[in-house]
Amino acid sequence: MGRITLDKVTKRFGTAEVIPPLDLTIEDGEFTVFVGPSGCGKSTLLRLIAGLEDVSSGQIRIDGADATMTPPAKRGLAMVFQSYALYPHMSVRKNIAFPMKMAKMPQEEQDRRIESAAKALNLTDYLERRPGQLSGGQRQRVAIGRAIVREPSAFLFDEPLSNLDAALRVGMRLEISELHKRLQTTMVYVTHDQVEAMTMADKIVVLRAGYIEQVGSPLDLYHAPQNIFVAGFIGSPKMNFIEGPEAAKYDAHTIGVRPEHIAISDSEGPWSGVVGVSEHLGSDTFFHIHDTGLAETITVRADGEVGFRHGDRVHLTPRTDVIHRFDSEGLRITA
Amino acid sequence: MARSVTQQRKAINTAVAWAVGLLIFFPILWTILTSFKTEAQAINDPPLFLFFDWTLENYAVVQERSDYMRFLWNSIIIAGGSTILGIIIAVPAAWSMAFVPSKRTKDILLWMLSTKMLPAVGVLYPIYLVFIRLGLLDTRIGLVVVLMLINLPIIIWMLYTYFKEIPGEILEAARMDGATLKEEILYVLTPMAVPGIASTLLLNIILAWNEAFWTLNLTAANAAPLTAFIASYSSPEGLFYAKLSAASTMAIAPILILGWFSQKQLVRGLTFGAVK
Amino acid sequence: MATQHSRSAARIMMAPAVILLLGWMLVPLTMTVLFSFKKYLPLRGGDLGWVGFDNYVRFVSSSAFWPSVQVTLVIVGGVLAITVALGVLLALLLDQPMWGQGIVRILVIAPFFVMPTVSALVWKNMFMDPVNGLFAHLWKFFGAEPISWLSEASIQSIIMIVSWQWLPFATLILLTAIQSLDSEQLEASEMDGASPLARFGYIILPHLGRAITVVVLIQTIFLLSIFAEIYVTTQGAFGTRTLTFLIFQRVLESQNVGLGSAGGVYAIILANIVAAFLMRIVGKNLDS
Repeated sequence: MGRITLDKVTKRFGTAEVIPPLDLTIEDGEFTVFVGPSGCGKSTLLRLIAGLEDVSSGQIRIDGADATMTPPAKRGLAMVFQSYALYPHMSVRKNIAFPMKMAKMPQEEQDRRIESAAKALNLTDYLERRPGQLSGGQRQRVAIGRAIVREPSAFLFDEPLSNLDAALRVGMRLEISELHKRLQTTMVYVTHDQVEAMTMADKIVVLRAGYIEQVGSPLDLYHAPQNIFVAGFIGSPKMNFIEGPEAAKYDAHTIGVRPEHIAISDSEGPWSGVVGVSEHLGSDTFFHIHDTGLAETITVRADGEVGFRHGDRVHLTPRTDVIHRFDSEGLRITA
Repeated sequence: MARSVTQQRKAINTAVAWAVGLLIFFPILWTILTSFKTEAQAINDPPLFLFFDWTLENYAVVQERSDYMRFLWNSIIIAGGSTILGIIIAVPAAWSMAFVPSKRTKDILLWMLSTKMLPAVGVLYPIYLVFIRLGLLDTRIGLVVVLMLINLPIIIWMLYTYFKEIPGEILEAARMDGATLKEEILYVLTPMAVPGIASTLLLNIILAWNEAFWTLNLTAANAAPLTAFIASYSSPEGLFYAKLSAASTMAIAPILILGWFSQKQLVRGLTFGAVK
Repeated sequence: MATQHSRSAARIMMAPAVILLLGWMLVPLTMTVLFSFKKYLPLRGGDLGWVGFDNYVRFVSSSAFWPSVQVTLVIVGGVLAITVALGVLLALLLDQPMWGQGIVRILVIAPFFVMPTVSALVWKNMFMDPVNGLFAHLWKFFGAEPISWLSEASIQSIIMIVSWQWLPFATLILLTAIQSLDSEQLEASEMDGASPLARFGYIILPHLGRAITVVVLIQTIFLLSIFAEIYVTTQGAFGTRTLTFLIFQRVLESQNVGLGSAGGVYAIILANIVAAFLMRIVGKNLDS
């Protein structure tokens, strides 16, 4: 079980309010990702759930029971830290055993759980090594192993992949997702990387300056961002925003068009501009178009085969059915 | 990247550096050499460097005449005791300031440092009086307490700078893993901080061993450590070069050896982290 | 970044150290200040009542005061000049590639570990003695008249002994600072055509600025209260009576506690002025 409810939770450091009153429910078994730019309060929120910080007011309930004043160890949660936080003076085995040792679990049970965690995480051959002798990915797995053996009601991840190189990150992303599918345990995951959020989450919580901007499934957020901030934050490359007369045609203050929803052509289209930098990824090409009279640049995603050159004049056609409309407050205009 | 230099350049560097090094070390070397001479050879004109009759008799004489062992024992108890007591008091304090910093942590640290800068002579008489009242004058326990207090700021500072290098996340992980505060300090922090604690221990033993204001002014016959023992040679009747040298060698040898081990930590300990 | 629980635990764990140091500072300090306003002669009548600022006036107007301040300043200044100048040179030398660097380092550092009473006695007897000292032999070898160092050149002798003790400290800290200099900076300046002297003046010396300041301040605090070196050599005679030694004599030798305490308050104020500068540097470092 692992249903976490935040009820009007706030956090102040001195006079600075980091988390304004906030309500959120994380359902049992759900993979929830907190995403937002740095300083948005996502890590603080995770640490409040963990109990590493006190809430200034409000209530945190875990499986219905008030856990607001419960010390971290008694909340039944396990955490994987950004730096992995392995104990450098202990072997991998002792690292993984540590929470069980603290809980005074019988030795046979400890050994059984260590073996099965090590097997699941491919650590069997490394159990006697020290963390210093492991690669980044292996350390990451030890940290996860240390969390798994406690059989917690929920896992908390604080930017666990940010210290890995790009290739490893993709691999670990899959491993964590698979772990979630297998264990079906609640996971709360903090990241600043919207790709991680989109690929892993059942539910994404987009935060800015302590406020929840939107909560929803990855596709909800992609298809129906509630405001300009979410629209710009989710999706890569970033959504194009256009103001002025062009937006007025759609009865909006601002319209947003994703790069993948614009067709590029040398002859026809309502918008036109000059090709600036083009980024060739092989499968796709991103064109940055200048002098459209609409915005500084318009980014367009095209097929990898499309070959315009720097300085070419091109025409653009947006897909009008997926244009996002926002009012002068930056909020989504529906229907 | 280390720059490669010509062998010739390196040879010159080596020669100059060794010459300067030996010059600086010479007084110590000379003391050690003299301690193996007879008194007559020690004041021979011209001075004898290596070619004399090596003898150990000075060590024997110093030992039996002056009860050297008692002074040595006092030094060990005072330096060791004050350091260990200091560390026991300093570890929790340094833990607090390194891992649970508050707005006042910086002020407290600086204030602690400022107590170290209080000139001893300014408070000599009050301490003297307090010692008489409490019957601590010329006792080892009295000196243990005083030396612990004068070195406590340095101990706390050194431990603080070492603890600061331990990532707080590891302690938080221990907390999440169910460790109590005591278990956290015992199983996680202390093992990780062993090198730091060891060098703090070492440096403070050295400082306490060589402390020569309070040890000279607060002791007489019973609790006097080696600093006072050596000072007694300054009176004219004690003027025996070979014996003075033997006594000096015995007084500085243990600390020279400890000191060489702790030279790296010396910088950190004595500059309060201002130079790294 | 912590919970209420750990904060209160922290406060409890800090308490012993804070309380002890507070007591160690306040009790003697209060007593010293109290005594300084009293006529207090333990062997000649004890506490003879309040005298206001009499002791402060008398301490400053005594014929021994200004000379002692002067001696103190000369010794501190002399030692600082010697240790910093030689320390920079030594640090530069030790930073060069050579064989047996570790051993040379050990040789250079060794004097710091010698207890002050030992180094003072060894220098006094075995080097500076006008008959049997090594210097006397050396002088005679060159046909010069041996000098009675500690009476004829007493201040210079003390400066020399103390400099020998503190040179390792300055060298070690400056060496650490030099080694922290990014070698790419030196290589860049070399590419820019700077001569070795220019590199020293424009890159190395500015980089050492902070370390030199720290050395000066810390040494000043220790040097202001040097005691054993004078105690076992001249006992304050031959113009080597520093402020510290003067106060020591007033308090313990002539047992004039009131007068000595007033002197102590002056010493505390003096040390605090230096300490304030050091604290600012250390404090800045804490923030970064």
